[in-house]
Amino acid sequence: MSLDKSEVEKIAWLARLETNDQENTVFSEELSSILDLVEQMDAADTSQVSAIAHPLDMVTRLRADAVTETDQRERFQQHAPLTEDGYYLVPKVIE
Amino acid sequence: MHQSTLAGLSEALRSKQISSTELTEHFISRCKKHNEQLNCFITINEEQALAAAKDADNIIGTDSASRLTGIPIAHKDIFCTNGIKTSCGSKMLDNFIAPYDATVVEKINQAGLISLGKTNMDEFAMGSSNETSYYGAVKNPWHLDHVPGGSSGGSASAVAAMLCPAATGTDTGGSIRQPASMCGITGLKPTYGRVSRYGMIAYASSLDQGGPMTRSAEDAALLMNVLAGFDERDSTSSDQLVEDYTERLNNPIEGIKIGLPKQYFDDGLDSEVASVIEDSIKQLEKLGAICKEIELPNTHLSIPAYYVVAPAECSSNLSRFDGVRFGYRCEDPKDLSDLYCRSRAEGFGNEVKRRIMIGTYVLSAGYYDAYYLKAQKIRHLIRDDFQTAFNEVDIIAGPTATGPAFKLNEKINDPVSMYLSDIYTVSVNLAGIPAISIPAGFVSSLPIGLQLIGNYFKESQLLNVAHQFQLATDWHQRTPEAFA
Amino acid sequence: MEWETVIGLEIHAQLATHSKIFSGAATEYGAQANTQACAVDLGLPGVLPVVNREVVTMAIKFGLAIDATIPEQSVFARKNYFYPDLPKGYQISQFELPIVANGHIDITLADGKSKRIGITRAHLEEDAGKSVHEGFGDNTGIDLNRAGTPLLEIVSEPDMRSAEEAVSYMKKIHSLVRYLGICDGNMQEGSFRCDANVSIRPKGQEEFGTRAELKNINSFRFVEQAINLEVERQIDLLEDGGEVVQETRLYDPDKNETRSMRSKEEANDYRYFPDPDLLPICISAEQIESIRQELPELPDAKRERFIKEYGLNENDSLILTAQNDLADYFESCAKKVNSSAQLCANWINGELTAALNRENKDINQSNVTAEMLADMIIRINDDTISGKIAKQVFESMWNGEGTADEIIEKKNLKQVTDTGAIEKLVDDVISQNDNQVKQYLASPPEKQAKLIGFFVGQVMKQSQGKANPKQVNQLLREKLK
Repeated sequence: MSLDKSEVEKIAWLARLETNDQENTVFSEELSSILDLVEQMDAADTSQVSAIAHPLDMVTRLRADAVTETDQRERFQQHAPLTEDGYYLVPKVIE
Repeated sequence: MHQSTLAGLSEALRSKQISSTELTEHFISRCKKHNEQLNCFITINEEQALAAAKDADNIIGTDSASRLTGIPIAHKDIFCTNGIKTSCGSKMLDNFIAPYDATVVEKINQAGLISLGKTNMDEFAMGSSNETSYYGAVKNPWHLDHVPGGSSGGSASAVAAMLCPAATGTDTGGSIRQPASMCGITGLKPTYGRVSRYGMIAYASSLDQGGPMTRSAEDAALLMNVLAGFDERDSTSSDQLVEDYTERLNNPIEGIKIGLPKQYFDDGLDSEVASVIEDSIKQLEKLGAICKEIELPNTHLSIPAYYVVAPAECSSNLSRFDGVRFGYRCEDPKDLSDLYCRSRAEGFGNEVKRRIMIGTYVLSAGYYDAYYLKAQKIRHLIRDDFQTAFNEVDIIAGPTATGPAFKLNEKINDPVSMYLSDIYTVSVNLAGIPAISIPAGFVSSLPIGLQLIGNYFKESQLLNVAHQFQLATDWHQRTPEAFA
Repeated sequence: MEWETVIGLEIHAQLATHSKIFSGAATEYGAQANTQACAVDLGLPGVLPVVNREVVTMAIKFGLAIDATIPEQSVFARKNYFYPDLPKGYQISQFELPIVANGHIDITLADGKSKRIGITRAHLEEDAGKSVHEGFGDNTGIDLNRAGTPLLEIVSEPDMRSAEEAVSYMKKIHSLVRYLGICDGNMQEGSFRCDANVSIRPKGQEEFGTRAELKNINSFRFVEQAINLEVERQIDLLEDGGEVVQETRLYDPDKNETRSMRSKEEANDYRYFPDPDLLPICISAEQIESIRQELPELPDAKRERFIKEYGLNENDSLILTAQNDLADYFESCAKKVNSSAQLCANWINGELTAALNRENKDINQSNVTAEMLADMIIRINDDTISGKIAKQVFESMWNGEGTADEIIEKKNLKQVTDTGAIEKLVDDVISQNDNQVKQYLASPPEKQAKLIGFFVGQVMKQSQGKANPKQVNQLLREKLK
């Protein structure tokens, strides 16, 4: 499987990574060779096999519905890139 | 004193031959002296370490002290440390001061160990050579032109150069074992779920596991006693009872059945490495182990499956780095998309971007079944391979890496060849079982590791065999001359 | 051409837990920005989610109430997209294996007939934060207090055929989640909101038309308006030879229009996959049984019981059981009166509801308690006051002037039952209305029955409403022979 530049661009947008034309060329080659490696999977017959998302067959544990957290806004925002009046700021979102 | 093991240091502290402050000062001065050469630390916490050592000195000899109180340790910079920069080897987190401690760090602090600093690593743990770090490559103390392995290369290099007696590491596809092998130290990847992942910055959540990197199996056991255990903050943490990992260390290993997977000794293995491994297997036989060849028929599928599962999870795990709440944010974003795309493009290095893009691709509409689902099915096959093997043998032995540490820049421009060097380690992560790498010899004066793989929660059996091997050999006691 | 509307609703009900779905932060509404967003809610590096037990229990309760399947295993999945109010860059939701599948509820149509609406699934997910667009200059402010609040997304089949049906379905679900105590139903605060998938097709056509998704509608009235507007828009479009595009549209109640949210969002590829930080939720048959034991009586069962036990008519029973609190109010009132349950229903659905609506109050905030109303109805039944006077008493009670007995006493509203006094009034009215008396006497009996009303009215007027109407009636009949 090879990924052309336009596909790389599409993926980069989905992943919100800015790339330039030159980078897209390089990524297109590198990602294609990684996909070639990955596609060795095709050789395996997995028709009778189920997928596992976790190594161990465990089930989730549930916690009690209790408030255990206190306000730490100041601490969390101390190193935040841009805040005002307790809000995180981003360039204006147009809806 | 820097050549001493944890067990030795513990003795020295308790008998007051040395104070924690002296010990800490000694290691700090070694760190400062050698870090320029090795680049194994991103942050050295001299002040906090000395303050903690002073506290430790006050309690050593009292009931509040643990066996490891007062002993210095270093943390891979993937573990969040409250009030201390936690970079994950990335420009993205160069300015990130973690506001909380990872469970692993909390446990180590509670046990009274002294955190010397944060070790260098491949960016977001993605790499096998420690060359993808934003903070530059780490050097192998055995040969400064060579890589230390990765991604826990800083921890491996620091322990091997005796800048700290032990360090924490994390292993997603071999990131504890492979650098341990390449730096000549002992590194244990525990069973998935044995060590809490809370506060350990996620690369691939279903594969990541933290563990000890030490100078001996006994030290690894001592540290596992601190690290292992259930954590209510990690849903994937196991509530299986934690054993005392030192208890079985001295058991004889006579009669233990060791499987040698045919697929681990094929053409891909460097012939000199092969002979080192064969020698160490003879050594195990001398100790009474019964070795036999076994099959792990899907081994060749492990790298392909790994490079679907790990990137898929990482592509999602790393979405939170968006320049909004913490970490790097680009200058003057012109709009929201620009903020996202540039912050991420400028904050992440190329290997991270490659994996994010591969992961994004394999999860995207129309490709999910062919890649992600297929990989998770292969994961099932690989897990079954191991279970079949463990019906016949107690543990599995083989090489950790295909060769000794390679040269800096040798593979960095060829991602696929770099990926292929993890062939003996990734299947263990896909199956979630424990494995340890221990020093087993040298090739061209570079260390070679022997890998021992166990069944779920059989860490103490692995440590037992490793310790018995280390009682009979001295590979683990060899140290690089330049750092003696 | 005649068109048929096809509607499916996705309702988001915020589950009434103390803490968030994956963290121990509080879910309280109205806190200062980001003071209830903990490390997990902010998606700080290294944090991990742990599922709130109550959320699972509540989802199961809902599933049982709609007669759905509760699969043995359900799985949390990540829905990946970038948005500033989504801190992790993915929303933890459920995709392939939701916690509730294949249920249904019955709604009552305008003609009184019942219609079954299928519920495809209900799944658990976390809410996002809030963006504040005003007050930050060229920036948008992000408040993540709501991030991680538990939601149950209830997805219906495309079974509804009109805006009225959609509203009736939404009201039914609203009533149900409040009965179950799993959602406070507060629509102003966004605890209960819905997206509507709307399409049209030529009547008789099997195949569905292209649908538009109307986002985030937070009142029953808006649902109706938004759907009707959208249907009109689609009909106009098709009849002018155009095409409906599949898209997300936003309903703007101020302008009363729906507008496209553009296609950028449509280009999203959510890349769902099982969340590797969470393991499957497993629910045993025993757990389900024990939750079933805790279920309260549900609206349909209660409605049936009210008809049977209290002899209420269908309509009053339906209204009273729509809200659990209202039903409780009725029951305590009817029990205290111990007869005349229908009369209690009339008062509750009449005067009381009117008063509540007038002041925009909830039944729990009523100025007149069930006990007070019962005491008043008892006074109607024992002929202390007439139904007409009772209205006056009720108003006074509502205005805080005291209990029914106090008001009757204070205002001297007691019905006159003294035969002598009433007889005098009757005699006066007969002597003052000669013409009417003649007319009455000349009429056939069936017409007399109508005409007597005039005399009763006159007597009641003279008595200022206090004469016992029954006695007045009887005396008049005797005297007008």
